[in-house]
Amino acid sequence: MFQVRIHGRGGQGVVTAAELLSVAAFLEGRHAQAFPTFGSERTGAPVVAFCRIDDRPIRVREPIARPDALIVQDATLLGQTPVFDGLGPDAYVLINTTRDPRGLGVAEELAALRPERVRTVPATELAKEHLGRPVPNAVLLGGFAALSGVVSLGSVLAAIRQRFSGRVALGNVAAAERAYAYVRATMKETVHAQAD
Amino acid sequence: MLRQIEGSQAVAETVAMCRPEVICAYPISPQTHIVEALSRLVKSGRLAPCEYVNVESEFAALSACIGASAAGARAYTATASQGLLYMAEALYNASGLGLPIVMTVANRAIGAPINIWNDHSDALSQRDSGWLQLYAEDNQEAADLHIQAFRVAEELSLPVMVCMDGFVLTHAYERVDLPAQERVDAFLPPYEPRQVLDPADPASIGAMVGPEAFTEVRYLAHLRHLRALELIPAVAAGFAAAFGRESGGLVGAHRLDDAETVVVAMGSVLGTVKDVVDERRAHGERLGVLGIKTFRPFPSAEVRRALRGARRVIVLERHLALGAGGVVTADVRAALDGLGTAGEAAPYLRTVIAGLGGRPVTKDSLHDLFARAAADRLEPLTFLDLREDLVERELARERAARRSGATAENLLRDLAAEAAGAAEAAGGN
Repeated sequence: MFQVRIHGRGGQGVVTAAELLSVAAFLEGRHAQAFPTFGSERTGAPVVAFCRIDDRPIRVREPIARPDALIVQDATLLGQTPVFDGLGPDAYVLINTTRDPRGLGVAEELAALRPERVRTVPATELAKEHLGRPVPNAVLLGGFAALSGVVSLGSVLAAIRQRFSGRVALGNVAAAERAYAYVRATMKETVHAQAD
Repeated sequence: MLRQIEGSQAVAETVAMCRPEVICAYPISPQTHIVEALSRLVKSGRLAPCEYVNVESEFAALSACIGASAAGARAYTATASQGLLYMAEALYNASGLGLPIVMTVANRAIGAPINIWNDHSDALSQRDSGWLQLYAEDNQEAADLHIQAFRVAEELSLPVMVCMDGFVLTHAYERVDLPAQERVDAFLPPYEPRQVLDPADPASIGAMVGPEAFTEVRYLAHLRHLRALELIPAVAAGFAAAFGRESGGLVGAHRLDDAETVVVAMGSVLGTVKDVVDERRAHGERLGVLGIKTFRPFPSAEVRRALRGARRVIVLERHLALGAGGVVTADVRAALDGLGTAGEAAPYLRTVIAGLGGRPVTKDSLHDLFARAAADRLEPLTFLDLREDLVERELARERAARRSGATAENLLRDLAAEAAGAAEAAGGN
């Protein structure tokens, strides 16, 4: 079982991101379960959503306490909420930011992880460029497909097209493709750096 | 067709395939997505003929369903929590009049204190309302139970609640196999009422019945409930034959053969319990699970048969009967009555109150619980993950001063102080 925890703020489409990821996995013939932490929904308030992916039916219903991957939709959460709780040393982390990960105030937490599994992507900027709105959720899933390989980019794009239509679908698809390419490019850099 | 879909949407799609002719509903979390989806299906013409009635309250929702059902229409509604309480008087009327309304209850706690999260307090508070109560373990079962519920309700002329855990199921996206309309039509014939209000053939229902026959009317309703104990497994078997999967029934057994300790539970917590039981089985612990799928009528004979031979029975309850303990436990205990007299050992029966007001029931906590049970170290009434320190602080306040203030607010203040202290400690690093 592969477990993903998504952190963001009300209005960024955190719950939708978990649902889209589950649809992408479903389209690949896998079992998936997406659910939010439930509470009063307020714009800007921290929100967490979860997605489990497995080859077998998923029975467990507890929140994900020990994720295999984190998607951080809003980097301002990093200092404010315990985003890294329960994260193992082999976990994947994808953060939506234009900044270098070393400048995010969580150097200690990131140092405990494998460097090739930690990536940033300017998802809000890509969303603004392609959608005209700062909604980074679907965009990040493109980057997540590149980083983790747990679902393919094709499945992420198919999930986006299933959920949205018209300009919103087109914009999200284009931005998710850009995020995928962005993360892939930075991963190649790491490989080269390690080879040197 | 297999879909990756939100639980509420799966239920709405399935209810629509059952062709209700009248839907009367009032929104309340976490049920709202279901009736919103149904209202769209009616408006778009996909669900027709069907009248969707917007009402001003849950009392009105069920009252309108009662009228519709009495006029011979297949009627549906959904609610949760305080909404169900607001229906209470009409609930008894629907069952007392023998009207086969089907209602989804998206299970949620009851206030005060206000709490929108999941437990079973709402449906269990209406235990004796005369409605059948079916509990879904996952969203596939939640969807399937609605098809079976209409069949059972209409055959018996009794209303049915399909209970599904609020948020945990209603808001979860997972794989659900939605049946084809033709197969639902083949399984669920049009409603043929036993009694009907028809201006062309005037009759009345809802007579006042005095001491001369009230007991008999009640007794006949009880007999119908007992008939449900035979009909529900038959309908579940018919469903399995028609749709190719098991859903519903009276009870669900998981690894009961040779089980020394059996955990009894209802609803979505069964999934987590089964995972933990399988993990402990791998280490040689003889654990099993008994899911109660039908709570009303209570399947005493099946529960007794399933638990016979178990040394320990742990009833995991998502509700607390204040001043008494577990509601489900009382029925389980009655079902076990007499076991242990003929040389058999009576099972060690323990109630565990878990997951109140949305507190997650975690695998870690269940592992700890089952380890304590294996060592016979459970209190007769155990509270899973109870913050005893919080309780103690409030009790100390009450001892110290008469005007100790509101309990809920006091506890929230303690938690806020704790969080601030933790943040300060983290910042100081």
